Formats: sequence, C-alpha cells, structure tokens
Amino acid sequence: MSPLWLLRRIAGLLFALVAASAIVFVLMDLLPGDPAEIMLGTNARPDTLAALRAEMGLDRPALIRYADWALGLLRGDFGRSLTYSVPVAELVQERLAVTLPLAMMAIALTLFIALPLGAFAASRRKSLTDSTIIAVTQLGVAIPNFWFAMMLVLVFAISWRLLPSGGFPGWSAGPSAILALILPAIALALPQAAILTRVMRSSLLETLGEDYVRTARAKGLTRAEALRRHAFRNALIPVLTILGLQFSFLIAGTVVIENVFSLPGLGRLIFQAINQRDLVVVRSVVMLLIASIIVINFCVDLAYALVDPRLRGRS
Amino acid sequence: MIRLLTKACLALVLVTASVAMAPLSAAPRTDLNVGMRLEPPHLDPTAGAAAAIGEIVYANLFEGLTRMAADGAIKPGLAESWTVSPDGKVYTFTLRKGVTFHDGTPFDAAVAKFALDRARASDSVNPQKGLFEPIEAVEVIDPATLKVTLKRPTGAFLFNLAWPAAVMVAPQSAADNKTKPIGTGPFKLDRWAKGSQVDLVRHPNYWGAKPALNKISFKIIGDPTAAYAAMMAGDVDAYPIFPANENIPQFQADKRFTVKIGNTEGKTIVAINNARTPFDDIRVRRALAHGIDRKAVIDGATMGLGKPIGSHYAPQDAGYVDLTGQYPYDPEKAKALLKEAGVSNLKVKLILPPPDYARRSGEIIAAQLKKIGVEAELVPVEWAQWLSDVFRGKNYDLTIISHVEPMDLDIYARDDYYFNYANADYKALYAELAATSDPEKRKALIEKAQRKLTDDSVNVFMFLLPKTGVWNAKLEGLWENAPLPVNDFTAVRWRD
Repeated sequence: MSPLWLLRRIAGLLFALVAASAIVFVLMDLLPGDPAEIMLGTNARPDTLAALRAEMGLDRPALIRYADWALGLLRGDFGRSLTYSVPVAELVQERLAVTLPLAMMAIALTLFIALPLGAFAASRRKSLTDSTIIAVTQLGVAIPNFWFAMMLVLVFAISWRLLPSGGFPGWSAGPSAILALILPAIALALPQAAILTRVMRSSLLETLGEDYVRTARAKGLTRAEALRRHAFRNALIPVLTILGLQFSFLIAGTVVIENVFSLPGLGRLIFQAINQRDLVVVRSVVMLLIASIIVINFCVDLAYALVDPRLRGRS
Repeated sequence: MIRLLTKACLALVLVTASVAMAPLSAAPRTDLNVGMRLEPPHLDPTAGAAAAIGEIVYANLFEGLTRMAADGAIKPGLAESWTVSPDGKVYTFTLRKGVTFHDGTPFDAAVAKFALDRARASDSVNPQKGLFEPIEAVEVIDPATLKVTLKRPTGAFLFNLAWPAAVMVAPQSAADNKTKPIGTGPFKLDRWAKGSQVDLVRHPNYWGAKPALNKISFKIIGDPTAAYAAMMAGDVDAYPIFPANENIPQFQADKRFTVKIGNTEGKTIVAINNARTPFDDIRVRRALAHGIDRKAVIDGATMGLGKPIGSHYAPQDAGYVDLTGQYPYDPEKAKALLKEAGVSNLKVKLILPPPDYARRSGEIIAAQLKKIGVEAELVPVEWAQWLSDVFRGKNYDLTIISHVEPMDLDIYARDDYYFNYANADYKALYAELAATSDPEKRKALIEKAQRKLTDDSVNVFMFLLPKTGVWNAKLEGLWENAPLPVNDFTAVRWRD
C-alpha cells in the first residue's frame, strides 16, 4: 500500500466529512421555522423573541455559527440542545443506551429465527413444511411492523398483562428494562426474520446445486451432511449482505417502533428535535450518523486493499 | 441470547408473581402515573410557552402569588391576602411566612420582587411578558409585604399573576430551573428521563397541607394507540387530556375508568386574513360563517365532544354571551352574500397545523365550502412553519387553530396580530375593558366585545376544545375543567 494512495484516501475522507457538514448545516438553516418562536409560542413579544435568539446564539451570522459548530465537533463538543438545554452528547448517550440494545436484540432474534428456519425449509424442499414456511414468511414480509407491534401490545400487554405496553424504566430498573424491550424487539425482528428466512432458503438451494456439493455427495455424504458441512457456510455470504442492509432498515424501523412503544431512543430524539427545530440536536446527530458511515466505508476500502492487491493502485 | 432469554423468563416469572401478590396490600396507593401527550422542552414555565411545562410543574412544583382554582376562581397562593388602592393602581400583598424553596432558600418579599422584575426585564425570555407590562414598580415594604404599582388600572392583574409564567422563582436557582427546577410547591423534581418520563416526589418541608400522593410520574406517551394500550394495561392511571377522542366511548363503557368531558380554554377558529382580498369585505367573511356547518365539524372532528362557540370567548368564563345563532348554517345565504360581494370562483388556501382537530376540521370545512362555490386547497404544515409563515409572516388566506390562552380578547386589539383586524372601535372598547376592575362593568364590556367580534365576523368561531379526562375510577380530586393548561394534583388521592 503506497503512502500516496493512503494520503489520497484520507484526503477524500476529510473532504467528504467537510462537505457533509456544510450540507447538513445549510439544509437545517434553510428549514422554515424559528426555534425561539417555538419555545415562546404565540403570546411572545418581539423583544422577548430577540432576547431568546440572542441567548441561543441565533443572532450571529451563519458563517460564524457554522465555524463554531464544526470546530466544536472536531473537539468532540456536539453543542447544547436548544430545547432541553443540556449537552447533545449527553442526550445521544442516553438514547443510544436504548436504541443500540434494542437493535442488537432485534438482530439476534432475526438470526435466531431465520437461519435455522431457512435451512430447515431448504432441506425439505417442495415438502408441505417448506410450502408452509414460505407462506408464513410471505405474510411476515407483507405485514407492516407498526401494525404487528400493536397486535403484540393487544395480546401481551392488554389481554394477558405479561409485558409492559410501552415506555422504558431505565437500565437502573434492572430486569423490567429488559422486559420493556422484548415486545419492541419482536416487532422489529419478525418482519426482518421473514425476509432473511427466504434469502437463507434460496441461497442454500443455490449452493446445494453447486459442483462441490455434488462432489461431496459423490464421496458418500448424505444430503443433510453435505448441507451442514459444505453448503451452509457458503450460503451465508448473501445472507450477510442482506443482514448488513437490514441493519440500516432497522435504524429507520426504530423511529416507528420507538414511537409506538414510547421508547426514549435515538429515532424519537431526531423526530422530536426536527419538530421543535432543535437545530443543534438534529445536525449533530445527523452528522454523527453520516460520519460513522463515511468512516466505516473508509475502513472497508482499506480492508479490500489489504485483501486484494489489485485494488491498491486505483483511487 | 440464550442467557438473555433465560433472564427475561426469570424476570417474567418475578413480575407475574408480584402482580399476583399486589391485591394483598391494604393501604391506598400513594403514587400516580399520569399520561402526557407531549414532552416539555424544559421545566421552567417562566421561559417557555409549551403547555406541557405548566401541566407538570404548576401548583405541584412551582407556586405563584395567586393561584387558579379548579373552577377558574383566583385564590391566595404565596400571597395570603392583598389590598387594592381605590384607583386600582397599587396592590399591597401580604406574603405567607415560613415558606421555603426546595433547596432551603426562604421565600420573602425580596424574592417575589426578584421574580416579577426578572419577568419584565429587557432581557426577559418570559413567553407571557405582556402579563407584566402594566407593572410600573415593585417595592419591598418588609419581608412579608410587597407593593406593586401599576402604570394604569388593570382589571385582570390578579388573574395574570396566577398564570404558570408568573410563578415565584429564587435568584440563586432561577437560571437552572430549566433542568433543575426549584420551587416552593408540595412536590419537587426527582428525575427526568428525557424522552420518557418526569418524576416528582413529595417535598417534606412544604409550608401548606400535605398532599395525599408521595410520587407523581408523568409518562410521555403521545401516540393515541400507545396511550390507549397504556390505560388499558394499567401502566398509566390518568390522562388529564386523552389524545384520541374516538377511544372515549370505550372508556365510558368500562367501569374501571372515570371519564370527564370538561372545558378547556381552547377556542378553535377558522382564522381569516382580514387584510387580504376578498376577505377585507365583511360580506365574504359572513358568507364563510354561514357556509360552515359548525355541528358537522364538531361531530366529525371532535366526535361530538366540542362545545360550539359564537365568538372568541369560552362559555364557562364570566361575561359569556351565546352568539352561536348569529350565523346559522345556510349555504344559499352564503352564496347570495358572495354574489353580492361580486366574488365568484374563489380559490383559497386553508393552512392546517398538525393537531388532529385542525386536520380533521379542515377536510370537513373544505367539503362544506365547496358547496358555496369556494375551492379550498388544504395545506398541511408543521408547527414551526405555521408559526413563522402564518403567525409571524401573516402569509395566509385561512387557517384552523385553537387559541388556548384564557379570556384573550386582547389579541383582537393588537396592531400587528395575524388576523389583520385593526379595528379602531374594537381597540377603544378593549382599552376600556382593560382599565375596568368592577366585575359587573367588566362583564358588560366583555359581552360588548364578543358581539363586536361576531358582528364583524372577524373569524369563523367554531368550538371549544374538549378536555377529555380519563382516569382510574378509584382516583379522586382531578380537575374536570382546565381554566389554564395545568394539572393541580395537590388534592388527588386514591380511594380505599
């Protein structure tokens, strides 16, 4: 890996970050609506609005506000929420403590259901079991997750009273915090699991038709053994690709599910912040998400280059 | 994952067991879980207009010199009594003794002077700064006596002091009240899990009567379906205002719940840009009033729970006069008025802010206006946009909005208000009302003001937003009406 190549890549990364921050800032500034007006409502007098704008620092020129914000980001200072008046970093940290475990639980549940079920269906191709699984997953793909979430609440929270209907007591509450995440995780996971089951099944069927599987069968392995020892691992590659895509869907899905279950997660934070024109929160959180994607892509590029020398010369 | 599941199962068993054992405890509960539609941005009512702030802290955490009772009457608060000079310009308050803030700071006349001066200062960010505008000077006579001199007699001054924006705050803690509110009330802040809930606990050194509750948790659940589920599952004990009117019949049919349909001060109107052609013609505005079927709108948009209003005044307030019959629904008359005004093929934009009442009313009204030959294009907007475009920018034809400030006849006398009404007669009438303290004379003037607004058909006055209270049938002491957007829980208790 030549230093020049690496330098170019890093320059590209920095440019992307600066460009993204500028776009985010300008877009948020163009959005109609004034945070001071929202805070003070319809009875506010013009002098009061001006006083609050000054307090929020909104009376300064846009370029200075941008520089302030961007330099703050470099120092790891995300600014202070206009509405909550607490540091954004603190808010994000609190919210991630809900959204991350929720997403992890949902992913784990998705894998836990989809991999065995997909393999099971593939191993019994064209049987009644296979068609049933296909029909059920078809249904799972079609059902919107918010509707499914409501049904879960109706059964488990209202009729049986086994689990809370929504809200989050905080991790300090111990087991009841995990209980509060069970229904949301199921609501997020099942539609995803339905998709993944189908991918798993078709991918396995495809690998089962490959030459090396036939060779394995010719050596005397049973169909199930060939599947387990040779086909399964190879079939996982498209599954992982889909799973990667699903992770971003999951983040979008949490916005909806967090609202249905009134969970204080990152999705709801952005949603609320946009409504209240808490520009500092929105742009800092959006920037955080963009930066993490840009940096991950950068790492992937590096990894490709390490694995495949042919890519190093290109930029 | 397996370990997690095991943990979850274990927790499930524990919870089921504890639920099964709950009926064994005999003493009435002392905690209360309250459902809220919106989360407050912060907890300082002297620095933000959001109704959710007052709905949590008013009377519970912060107190003012006077206080609003459930029936809308003004009662002594931190001022135990007062005298008013004969010219109506000097108020002398006798303050309660032995009152301390939650951090131990004593409350006295110097603190009261600080709070009032802070609210009316030039750098004040008080959302209701106008309430304090009549104040000329605030003086400390002795620690228990406060003298307030006004620029002119102000009939509503004691009422103004009862607003959430007029609560007493201390110099040391005022700046941090947004996140660490320090008041004099019977409850203090325990914790605020942002995005989730606000917990208040009893303040042991409260100066007044000890409340029955030990703890109040305000849970922020805005989604109507989630709110319904939370009530049904018992996660929430009370919704002072339930977010979805369509669920009300289900609660009414269920013996576990008390349902009280009360009044708010939310006067819902179709606001008209009086300066824009053709709405500058009174015949066009009257045509709109005749062309909108108030009853159909109330049935469709509020499930029949809203009360009709004929002017910009709530039926429960002093001096109300019923003017709902002045412009009966009459599409033919509306068409005739439009024709007389020379208006045909009128196309307008009807701007709708996010609340359900506005969006739903908008659909119905657009259909009704079509029958009188007015094409209304519905334009849904966010709050932020409504405030900047419609309210500040005055760039609109028609919009649907609920004005929630109590007895706000003053807004029609403002020069720069978004109705663009600017009527000299009304301004003179309102100035006379503002300077009058005698209750009977005030009533007569209030009635005159209502008639003037209806005669001029400034806006189409539709209905009062209902206060759809739903709570556990074992609870008592919750307010049926909302004379201010507040929830005074000091008298709430669980029956055995």
